[in-house]
Amino acid sequence: MSGKVITVTSGKGGVGKTTITANLSVALASMGKKVVAIDSDIGLRNLDIVMGLENRIVYDLVDVIEGRCRLRQAMIRDKRLPELYLIPAAQTRDKMAVSPSDMVVLCDQLRAEVDYIMIDCPAGIERGFRNAVAPADQVLIVSNPEVSSVRDADRIVGLVEAEEKGPPRLIINRLKPAMVARQEMLSVEDVLEILNIELVGIVPEDESVVISTNRGQPLVLTGLNGASAGQAFRNIARRLDGQDVPFIDLSHKESFMDRLKGWVNGRN
Amino acid sequence: MNWLTKLFGQKEKSGSVAKSRLQMVLVHDRSQISPGLMEQIKDDIIEVIARHLAIDPENVEINLTSTQTESRLVAEIPLRLNDRRQKAAYSLE
Repeated sequence: MSGKVITVTSGKGGVGKTTITANLSVALASMGKKVVAIDSDIGLRNLDIVMGLENRIVYDLVDVIEGRCRLRQAMIRDKRLPELYLIPAAQTRDKMAVSPSDMVVLCDQLRAEVDYIMIDCPAGIERGFRNAVAPADQVLIVSNPEVSSVRDADRIVGLVEAEEKGPPRLIINRLKPAMVARQEMLSVEDVLEILNIELVGIVPEDESVVISTNRGQPLVLTGLNGASAGQAFRNIARRLDGQDVPFIDLSHKESFMDRLKGWVNGRN
Repeated sequence: MNWLTKLFGQKEKSGSVAKSRLQMVLVHDRSQISPGLMEQIKDDIIEVIARHLAIDPENVEINLTSTQTESRLVAEIPLRLNDRRQKAAYSLE
């Protein structure tokens, strides 16, 4: 087995890296893949709580690297799926506790055992970013359709290319189709024209993401009906696995109220 | 179009404002040329050209433009030719 290392990054914080890492890991595992999710945000760990595994941590990433435990001991098994594991970040250390070559060595060990190694990258472009990107076979950049996020994503594109990691792929997260229809939000086409990288997924803004995360159950796991973000995560996982999945049509359907407003405003 | 927006003057949608602002700022980010450096380059260009030609330094404009394949520095330097044209006209008489 030769597992693939996929790093989820963004530059800017708060765009949804951790939520996306958790949901893609769960989606890949529910497709029958063997998956390890690694939280590389040392000092600010969160992938554990988003995945609902925060009460089961004994050892962490730094314990493995500093030889206080075996790799297997730091891999928390998610019992809801047959083959999903989490290696949590250390909470009481900082990014300097790990080096890019430590991550390469660790991931090379894991490659032999699993299909996918999903790395949740910290915000920023410093040591934590370099640690997360060093072992990557594929880099996913998450961006919201907002100026600050797209600007930072552009910077990350340049840095990933400088690391010779091959072309990164883009996930546009928290898109609001109704705002795009009113031309009050950057569209998917706008973001693609600016960043000029391959799109691998569009995740619409969806309240059920917050609700499921509140409960420590990644949305993909809950199988909530009508969960449009959940479907988007599942589609991205299938694309990462090499399947050709068409993009969901997110164009905003005009409601009666929209039409009424348009009519009042004198639009044809 | 909404009669209200017509009344108060049409406002560009924020989506396209966002896009054009991003495109502008990314030209600088990608080239690593700060607006400060641009000002310095502009001053230097004015100084050099002014040594040889009469120019209008107030209206000199230097811009970075960028497409997918190339970036270029574009300078617009208005010349003060009016005096000379008048002199030429006089000399013809």
